[in-house]
Amino acid sequence: MSEPIKIFVPRDATALSLGADKVAKAIVAEAAARGIEVQLVRNGSRGLFWLEPLVEVATPAGRVAYGPVKARDVAGLFDAGFHEGKAHALGHGLTEEIEYLKRQERLTFARVGITDPLSLEDYIAHDGYRGLKRALGMTPEAIVAEVTESGLRGRGGAAFPTGIKWRTVLGCQAEQKYIVCNADEGDSGTFSDRMVMEDDPYVLIEGMTIAGLAVGATRGYIYLRSEYPHAEAVLLETIARATAAGYLGDDVLGSGKAFHLELRRGAGAYICGEETALLESIEGKRGTVRPKPPLPAIEGLFGKPTVINNVISLASVPIILDKGGAYYKDYGMGRSLGTLPIQLTGNIARGGLIEKAFGITLRELLYEYGGGSVSGRPIRAVQVGGPLGAYLPESQFDTPLDYEAFAALGAVLGHGGIVVFDDTVDMADMARYAMEFCAVESCGKCTPCRIGSTRGEELLSQIIVARSEGPQPGRIELLKSLCDTMLGASLCALGGMTPYPVMSAINHFPEDFGVSQDSAEAR
Amino acid sequence: MALLPQRFAPEQCEAVTREVLAAHRGQPGALLPILHDIQDRLGAVPPELLPLIAEDLCLSRAEVHGVVSFYHDFRATPPGRQVLKLCQAEACQSMGVKALTAELESKLGLPLGETREDGSLSFEPVYCLGNCACAPSVMLNGELHGRVDAEEVLALLAEQGAQA
Ligand SMILES: Cc1cc2nc3c(=O)[nH]c(=O)nc-3n(C[C@H](O)[C@H](O)[C@H](O)COP(=O)(O)O)c2cc1C
Ligand code: SF4
Repeated sequence: MSEPIKIFVPRDATALSLGADKVAKAIVAEAAARGIEVQLVRNGSRGLFWLEPLVEVATPAGRVAYGPVKARDVAGLFDAGFHEGKAHALGHGLTEEIEYLKRQERLTFARVGITDPLSLEDYIAHDGYRGLKRALGMTPEAIVAEVTESGLRGRGGAAFPTGIKWRTVLGCQAEQKYIVCNADEGDSGTFSDRMVMEDDPYVLIEGMTIAGLAVGATRGYIYLRSEYPHAEAVLLETIARATAAGYLGDDVLGSGKAFHLELRRGAGAYICGEETALLESIEGKRGTVRPKPPLPAIEGLFGKPTVINNVISLASVPIILDKGGAYYKDYGMGRSLGTLPIQLTGNIARGGLIEKAFGITLRELLYEYGGGSVSGRPIRAVQVGGPLGAYLPESQFDTPLDYEAFAALGAVLGHGGIVVFDDTVDMADMARYAMEFCAVESCGKCTPCRIGSTRGEELLSQIIVARSEGPQPGRIELLKSLCDTMLGASLCALGGMTPYPVMSAINHFPEDFGVSQDSAEAR
Repeated sequence: MALLPQRFAPEQCEAVTREVLAAHRGQPGALLPILHDIQDRLGAVPPELLPLIAEDLCLSRAEVHGVVSFYHDFRATPPGRQVLKLCQAEACQSMGVKALTAELESKLGLPLGETREDGSLSFEPVYCLGNCACAPSVMLNGELHGRVDAEEVLALLAEQGAQA
């Protein structure tokens, strides 16, 4: 044989958590023992997590998928001739033809799972750095206009238009401006930021560099949560490689423009995902929330004008610059344009990453993609948008993923994380947990959140203990009034949105709180 | 992954701290990176070091203490030789992490949030490891494991313990 056979084994943290390293070792050993020449590529994950570790073999027809592969399956796979793309019980045919993947619209995730994340050559061979090259020939105003045209709204939760934020920073006069990437991804049920950083890190680096050109910022920081050591290692390595190759540094691709990128590790505080707390944290302080105004765009990091954007927002910029704002805007519905990387998690048969244009319904996601619960029991509730997101009952599963449609229900899309619960869930306990989480993670700056969350947790514990004795209208009323105070009087969304999961649980699942269905008032 | 050493002599702690401070001189907002570096090397940020850090950064001791105590990651004493973090967030709850926590607490003879007296193991809660589609998840000595049950966690602990 002349050419070695290319075999792909992901190095994404989820694949590793299911034994990908052992599989990779077994493949190398087995191939050597059989005298088969293979080239092992450690790619990112396709996001089909129920099939991880998903091993792919390059064949003349395309990449063929096998999974979930355990180390003990490897000998059998070779026996069956998987290295020539032959059939096996774990085989799924051509990867690109797997329904779950085929029906997605991958713009931001176009390369994720396909390339070797560390390889700059691979990145460039797959259309990488085309956006930056185009941006280098444009004026800052034209770059900002392109991003505005795309309709991109911040993917970190608040959904603020990215173009408008950039325009504000561009309009500021200052000797130093900053680009800050919010890579704190603290919401349970989310991992799309992590996947971008581990599986296609150069797209984030490129997006931040373009943002720097657009607003005149020469320094960038990635604030990464400490729970992501794999992402940290990949980012450090790729920032070094991009710098060595002239994509970062004093003179980006010989343009005379500088952009320097530094990684900062968080220290285990959920509130540091809030943008002003994040800035305090980079400055070396306690991560407490700053009142706004001033906006970070005007007085941000070290008091200077700062663009602060989520990982996915920034990683969506290269394709917008490459293909144009109009191309991106064509996806989506209403005022929710482009695509959303949706994360399907919890009690779900086929959990993973699904990038789709806005407008797909929860039901399609849960049943057509997700295949229902993994426990086989009925799905009773899903929490969308992280720990501050509402719980939705079955009657709301036909809601399309669209910022405004969710807001109309008193819910949020947030970072696009969906956590699925079957009918064994105790919704009063989930409401209690929401208050507990707020109490643990409160920055302490304002009273409604700092004290209200602790009182809320106590109250819910009492409700849980006493619910078998019948309705407790007094306690429920008190809880509603407490939620009202937190909602209206908190400085930031941690205290201000914890009522979302709590109130949605009471409103949609009153029976779990000892209240009968008809006595609960609809929201 | 190397397991963390247990104790250092005070002179050693001081020497490490001085080295770290020198390495970060001039870096804007250096406090968090400094604390991380110290903890990466010593396994903890011993309270005795705070005056030294405060002096070097021209901060008050109270300010440094305020930062160290704000963040969940920083600890005053080193953790056990093995560190088992069990995710407690919603996605893992949907897959029964409460029952798993109770089972592990009883099998390990160690409540969540504590370290064994002999320093062999710390058992810590964590809120999301970004592995939510493969819940429940643990991180053992920095390595992530998904879709675990109690038996598997015990086997991993034994395997890692044997390697230590
Ligand atoms: C309590 C809290 C936690 C947050 N956590 C995150 C986070 O982990 N990642 C993120 O990108 N945005 C987070 N946000 C939103 C940020 O404050 C901010 O809106 C975002 O970084 C702006 O970037 P974008 O416009 O690109 O979304 C959080 C907000 C709050 C109130
Ligand atoms: S709502 Fe909570 S987290 Fe937000 S500023 Fe107030 S105390 Fe801090």
